[in-house]
Amino acid sequence: MTDVVSPAAGIPKAKSVRRDIGIKRRYAAERRFRAYGIAALSFGIIFLMLLLWSVVSKGYTAFQQTMITMPVEFSQQIIDPQNERATNPQKLMTANYPVVARNALAKLLNVSVDDRVAARAVSQMLSDGVRVQLRDLVVANPAIIGTTQTVRLLASGDIDSAYKGQIDLNVGQENRKINDQQLGWMTQLSDSGALAKHFNSGIFVNGASSRPEAAGVGVALIGSFYMMLIVLVLALPIGVAASIYLEEFAPKNKFTDLIEVNINNLAAVPSIVYGLLGLAVFVNFMGLPRSASFVGGLVLTLMTLPTIIIATRAALKAVPPSIRAAALGLGASKMQTIFHHVLPLAMPGILTGTIIGLAHALGETAPLLLIGMVAFVANYPTTPLDPSTALPVQIYMWANEAERAFVERTSGAIIILLLFLILMNVGAILLRRRFERRW
Amino acid sequence: MNTSLILLILAIIGIAGYVAGARYAMALVGGISSKLHSRPGYYGSFVAVWAILPAVVILFVWLVASPMFISSSVRGAFPEEVKTQSQAEQGLSYGMITSIARGMNALTGDEIARIENNPVELRAALGAKGVPLAGDPQPFMVKAAAELNRMTFVSRILMTILVLGASIGGALFAYRQIAPRFRARNRVEKVILGSLVVASSIAILTTVGIVASMLTEAAHFFTAIPAWEFFFGTVWDPRFAAAGSGGSEGQFGLIPLLLGTLYIGFVAMLFAVPIGLFSAIYMSEYASPKVRSVAKPLLEVLAGIPTIVYGFFALTTVGPFLRDISSQLNGLVTGDYANFIQAQSVLTAGFVMGIMLIPYVSSLSDDIITAVPRALRDGSLGLGATRSETIKKVVLPAALPGIVGALLMTASRAVGETMIVVLAAGVAARLQINPFEPMTTVTVKIVNQLTGDLEFTSPQTLVAFALGITLFAITLCLNIYALYIVRKYREQYE
Repeated sequence: MTDVVSPAAGIPKAKSVRRDIGIKRRYAAERRFRAYGIAALSFGIIFLMLLLWSVVSKGYTAFQQTMITMPVEFSQQIIDPQNERATNPQKLMTANYPVVARNALAKLLNVSVDDRVAARAVSQMLSDGVRVQLRDLVVANPAIIGTTQTVRLLASGDIDSAYKGQIDLNVGQENRKINDQQLGWMTQLSDSGALAKHFNSGIFVNGASSRPEAAGVGVALIGSFYMMLIVLVLALPIGVAASIYLEEFAPKNKFTDLIEVNINNLAAVPSIVYGLLGLAVFVNFMGLPRSASFVGGLVLTLMTLPTIIIATRAALKAVPPSIRAAALGLGASKMQTIFHHVLPLAMPGILTGTIIGLAHALGETAPLLLIGMVAFVANYPTTPLDPSTALPVQIYMWANEAERAFVERTSGAIIILLLFLILMNVGAILLRRRFERRW
Repeated sequence: MNTSLILLILAIIGIAGYVAGARYAMALVGGISSKLHSRPGYYGSFVAVWAILPAVVILFVWLVASPMFISSSVRGAFPEEVKTQSQAEQGLSYGMITSIARGMNALTGDEIARIENNPVELRAALGAKGVPLAGDPQPFMVKAAAELNRMTFVSRILMTILVLGASIGGALFAYRQIAPRFRARNRVEKVILGSLVVASSIAILTTVGIVASMLTEAAHFFTAIPAWEFFFGTVWDPRFAAAGSGGSEGQFGLIPLLLGTLYIGFVAMLFAVPIGLFSAIYMSEYASPKVRSVAKPLLEVLAGIPTIVYGFFALTTVGPFLRDISSQLNGLVTGDYANFIQAQSVLTAGFVMGIMLIPYVSSLSDDIITAVPRALRDGSLGLGATRSETIKKVVLPAALPGIVGALLMTASRAVGETMIVVLAAGVAARLQINPFEPMTTVTVKIVNQLTGDLEFTSPQTLVAFALGITLFAITLCLNIYALYIVRKYREQYE
């Protein structure tokens, strides 16, 4: 036995038990690698926060609007000097309401309206939207002509920005849109309580306007609502029908293979290509009206279909075969098995997928630009065939406006859009939590 | 009778047919439903299908075909001197005829009689009814408009008779077939199956529609501008075309747009790939389930934010920030506070697009990394490798094909992205390599060429379709290749 060991005796005794395998270096590399991962993850999350913070910090002020509450004298002299409103109904529509408002404000500020420069400065403090505000009041109730009513009127966009502290007041007055005199008046009105911020319901109900203080997403909300309705009505049944065929009936052949590859590709086609399709086929070839939410709905339907089909197929796949076997064994036909048993069980998954697809469609902008939804629409659309805009398109149009006050509006509109998206996604999550079954 | 009323009547006939069919089937067997082949509802559905389906098909075909027929026959009756005019002018005349026809429906009988002899008065008369005309109508137009109205009227009546006839006839036909041994369920199920097939072929129709519509419009474009000038031109200068003139020739070079697209996409991938990939590795290999359950949905929120919001973020926050910081840096180094990064630039657009792409990269690669079999990891760890060594030397190489596929899919998204670049990349089509300067992309130009007043004859408009088909081809190739890789990779471990 000792003979076997003897060759080893020639080897010098190992100095240490362990070989140096660079363990320190390797553990340092391990820590570094891990830190990269954490850094990458936090980078993504930090930017999410930054994005949301930048939108919210710019936009939350849009839900308040500076307004001036004051007694307004609806003077017959200005509105209807010749007393012809009984014979000429157009008179009340075209009367000189801005002067009515200006006179009221001038009186409140003790400024003589004969001083042209001062009067001009006074009228600049009020929004152009007061014309419509006062007109609607008078047309609804002509009896108020000749009386004095306390009315809350929109301040101009510049006053609004200044009052919210968004204008740098250290700049010389010739370099800003609001001069020192107007600022003084603003403080005076604010101290007397006439000028104050109120909840801005206008941003939810107003249509397009070139004046930021009077612009709102009302028309865009209606347009988006119509489109979502059309997408839901068309994409859900078609998508479910297509998935049922592909998942339950389709024989494995070239044709169904083609459909599969197609659906996977359609899910990845850039959305703007769908816009081109809509423009060429629906608008140009079929002659459907441009800017209509109906066409937008059709385009978004085609875009959402692949998403719904993919989600529905996954939901159908998740229903265990034993359900089908049991139904078939009891004598149900294949169609009955699917419509009476498989589909109801897959419904939560299908609806979750549909809601997520709808949320995607709600935020989509590019295809809608091409079918002409970039339109200045001030009136509510009564049918889906009327010109309209959509929420994301409205955001795009406002983002291109130069005025400072529109940045606030744009961010406000984005907050509204994100709220809708959050609502839909939370709905989808709740639906999944509530009805999801593990087999 | 208008279309919605016809549809309503069809629905009523259908419901009545359903009730009658079901009752009749039950009556035939004396109320003992087990003697029937199918459940009574199927007999009802059979009648309803026959009452509605053929009628709706006829209605639809008629609605599409009759305006075409009427238009061609009205155009065929144009006087010879009008027929020799260009297509566009004939189109204008026809447009006017349709407005006259619409206006004439609002006029009373003796007003029409008065006007027929004096077409000049027509414009004023129609204007009073709220139908403005573009020019003074010519005598032949009034005649043609009257003819148009007559034909539309006749067509409406014929359609109503035919559709309602088909509906009632179909219902009666189906009703008479009902017998106790009649296999109603099988017939109805066949119809349902047919509609399922139709629904699933809509996906094919969409692709065909995309390709066909863009190819035809692009073909129009290529008759005006040679294809090689488009694909290899280095100058993009489309000019403006006044409606109908078609005079000034622009230059439509794809190269600057394509390079801009690829450049911005490259910058975006530069940000998105490392961050997305490291996030995916961390989440799938290191993170505790608790961290994962918070971090993963947060990253997915990034994917759910509409791109217009990213565009706005780039426009109002990132762009100005980069511009200001570049001017500060420049000032510190050279003393000259001029910004060297433009607010709209390749960097701004690429960076923000990169943020948008992070969740795509991370969730796609996360799936792929988790799909690498546990045994590979255990083997490597068991041999004494650290976790990061296992990831670098074992997991990533095994997952590489799938990750490449995922990156290709992400790249196709970057190429097709529109709203971020519309707001943040600039509109000037320039060939340059400075990432701090604005460049433009294919998608931006599609939007630019197609917003505003369009005319479907000028190359300025049609070029958008040539750009669209290029974009479609690029993304299609990327996607098909990516799908192929991913599929192949999946088979490897199944």
